[in-house]
Amino acid sequence: MDPLILSRIQFAANISFHILFPSITIALGWVLLFFKWRYNATRDYAWMHAYFTWVKVFALSFAMGVVSGVTMSFQFGTNWPGYMETVGNIAGPLLAYEVLTAFFLEAVFLGIMLFGFRRVSNRVHTLATFLVAFGTTLSAFWIIALNSWMQTPAGFEMRDGVAFATDWWAIVFNPSMPYRLIHMLLASGLTVAFLIAGLSALRYLAGDRSESMWKALRTGTGIAAVLIPLQIFAGDQHGLNTLEHQPAKVAAMEANWETGPNVPLVLFAWPDEAARANRFEIAIPNGASLILKHDADGVVPGLNDYIGEHPPVLPVFWGFRIMVGTGLLMLAVSWAAAFFLYRRHNLPKPLALLMVPMAFSGWVATLAGWYVTEIGRQPWLVAGVLKTADAIGPVPGGHVAFTLAVYLLLYLALLITYIGVLVHLALKAAKEGDPEPAPAVENRALSQPVGR
Amino acid sequence: MTLDWPTLLPLIFAGLMGVAILVYVILDGFDLGIGILFAAAGEDDKDTMINAIGPFWDANETWLVLAVGLLLVAFPAAHGVILTALYLPAFLLLVGLILRGVAFDFRAKVPVHRKGRWNALFLIGSATASLAQGYMLGVYVLGLDTSWAAMAFGVLTAICLAAAYAAMGAAWLIYKTEGALQKKAVLWLRGALVFTVVGMAAVSLATPFASARIFDRWFVWPEMLYLSPLPILSALLFLYLWRQTFHLPRPGDEGALLPFLTLALIFVLGFCGLAWSFYPFVVPDRLTIWQAAAAPESLGIILVGTVFVLPILIGASFYVYAVFGGKATDLTYD
Ligand code: HDD
Ligand code: HEM
Ligand code: HEM
Repeated sequence: MDPLILSRIQFAANISFHILFPSITIALGWVLLFFKWRYNATRDYAWMHAYFTWVKVFALSFAMGVVSGVTMSFQFGTNWPGYMETVGNIAGPLLAYEVLTAFFLEAVFLGIMLFGFRRVSNRVHTLATFLVAFGTTLSAFWIIALNSWMQTPAGFEMRDGVAFATDWWAIVFNPSMPYRLIHMLLASGLTVAFLIAGLSALRYLAGDRSESMWKALRTGTGIAAVLIPLQIFAGDQHGLNTLEHQPAKVAAMEANWETGPNVPLVLFAWPDEAARANRFEIAIPNGASLILKHDADGVVPGLNDYIGEHPPVLPVFWGFRIMVGTGLLMLAVSWAAAFFLYRRHNLPKPLALLMVPMAFSGWVATLAGWYVTEIGRQPWLVAGVLKTADAIGPVPGGHVAFTLAVYLLLYLALLITYIGVLVHLALKAAKEGDPEPAPAVENRALSQPVGR
Repeated sequence: MTLDWPTLLPLIFAGLMGVAILVYVILDGFDLGIGILFAAAGEDDKDTMINAIGPFWDANETWLVLAVGLLLVAFPAAHGVILTALYLPAFLLLVGLILRGVAFDFRAKVPVHRKGRWNALFLIGSATASLAQGYMLGVYVLGLDTSWAAMAFGVLTAICLAAAYAAMGAAWLIYKTEGALQKKAVLWLRGALVFTVVGMAAVSLATPFASARIFDRWFVWPEMLYLSPLPILSALLFLYLWRQTFHLPRPGDEGALLPFLTLALIFVLGFCGLAWSFYPFVVPDRLTIWQAAAAPESLGIILVGTVFVLPILIGASFYVYAVFGGKATDLTYD
């Protein structure tokens, strides 16, 4: 068995599993801070109740993110030793800063955020919530800087086949980094917005009409409706940036074979790499030229300029369509729901039914987007610097096949459990409804004696 | 040896990595150990035991991320050699950490009748992770040897490290709990100590015979003299700890933290012994820290961050331990 293919599948499986949970925790931290802030401002206990409901989801997602993240940090050494040997001087500091500034910030204050409400003053608890949210975002910043550098490397020089940093500012803020960071943060926001809206819709369908359900439903829908147009705009800008720096990737995204003007926008097709043509194509004339060059006569790069050097077309093409399709669906659903919730103050049942499966639409779009990005970078691991095939380690294929099989089983089981627990928590919250207006809501400073 | 940055930086980073590993072993040691002790605990004890580590385990595990991270970023060449050689045990370690990390959360959130299942997974995960670490230690000590003898030695160190973690867990429980559970923890500590002593002795005896270089360092005058305080002090501390177990818990719960501190000190001494034996190699007898180090410019950048962040980090950790100080009480989100 080929250890290269297996290692690639294993890495893809691990990172795909990992990204599911940060894409929840990054934005959920801020949503929790929002709940906390509303509670601090209004002293309406329903906000605090929403906080306590969702902080459990945060705890669970965080734990899943941590354990899969620890796996990630071993992967570099176990499967891709050539990676750190070649670009370690650049990847190293970025990863180190992620651990030092972000991971510890989150991990240290997580305890207070989760279990400290009655042990520290309200202000310290709010601060801990903020620090955790800030930490997850910071961690996204560093890792996206690294990933973007692998896509559009800058600020370094090669000496004897090893990359050396020359300009750290250029490395961190490399050409695609701002686009990718914004797009990813918005993706996280949307993932969480739909998760909250979807699970609240489930509670609604289960007959829950409690104040904290309404608050969560409205918050989720509102965030989604605001973020999705921003995301579509950011995605478009991101695509233009990719066109500039990674034209072969865009050609694969559009399944465009020949460079030229008046390129149609392919809506549906089955790209056939052997024949170097699309089968079953449905296309809008001039569409791609219009979107990418804002001009029907605009020249769009084609795959035939990059024979042997371009990524596999089929997954990139379809990944892109799944992401954009999900985005458009998100737009329709969130605006319809926002209209009913804010104007009519109700939610039609069919719409609520649609929102439940949409709870996980953020995951679908995020995964699809990452597959476009990462597969679209092939055959390079670091564009123009290091080929994926040259980074592989000496581990025998049989070992990788074994570990891969176990990881896949484990991830599948955990994913099913995770989703099951989310549904269980939502239904449990639905049954409990609003709590008694809690007697001593105002937590006292260090109400529990330290030491005994 | 000239004292310029290219010489100093790898040395500093080797030191930092050592500290990170040591702190990890002590801190995650106690929470992994509590997971192992689930095997002996009664159903009613388990919630209290989880409460004793709830707010800390995540930060504890982050020290592993830091240690592996430092190995990765400061000694990229060694990172690849070590982790490809230890591919399967590293994998077991990860599976163990995954299982226990999620079991910890799931056990409190799944429907009640499924809780037992997650308690079992918490035990299995903790034991697997500890055994894998011990195995990796054993094989590393023997210079990443893959012979049958080395594997057998790895199994021995695996069992002993797991026992040492269980001892740490028990010592932590003595500090964090009271009543019947605390009394049980004293007994657990005593049992686990026996294996810990065997393990440390085994590693200490095997290390010099695994490598002629280390042998020379241990049994040659006058180097022998510098090393001698380590085993003597460790032995004294073990005796001291053994004696404590007969008097705990004391009236007024005096000295409840003492067993934990004593054990931590023993870990520190053992670790110094290892460090002394292997210096200046990161991969025993193959790569020195200078051969494996990343470019000085990159190390410098990381060092700046570390110098600022580490003190804040340690301060914040102490704060959290203080907030959740005292005997473990119910952990609730609200
Ligand atoms: C909720 C998630 C989500 C949604 C609704 C969208 N995206 Fe996206 N997209 C991502 C989540 C995402 C992502 C997972 O976050 C990616 C992968 C890497 C990255 O930075 O963002 C991504 C990558 C990505 C790329 C690849 C860039 C590259 O690799 O160089 C492009 C061109 C777009 N997106 C464009 C769009 C457009 C035009 C959208 C319009 C609907 C859109 N995205 C919706
Ligand atoms: C931001 C940090 C990331 C880094 C540093 C990173 C790095 C890598 C590396 C080293 C590989 C293995 C070599 C290869 O096969 O190309 C890879 C492949 C891959 N990654 Fe990422 N990745 C990151 C984020 C992600 C995310 C969030 C996803 C989400 C799903 C993802 C999806 C993939 C996929 C699908 C592959 C396989 C591509 C292929 O082999 O054809 N990556 N990435
Ligand atoms: C190959 C790349 C990656 C590696 C090696 C990696 C490593 C890790 C590790 C070790 C943790 C656990 C930290 C802890 O102990 O607290 C973690 C968590 C996290 N990661 Fe990743 N990660 C990668 C990719 C990504 C990507 C692509 C993102 C998002 C854009 C991301 C965002 C986060 C966030 C926000 C956390 C915080 C904890 C959580 O929410 O689960 N990581 N990662």
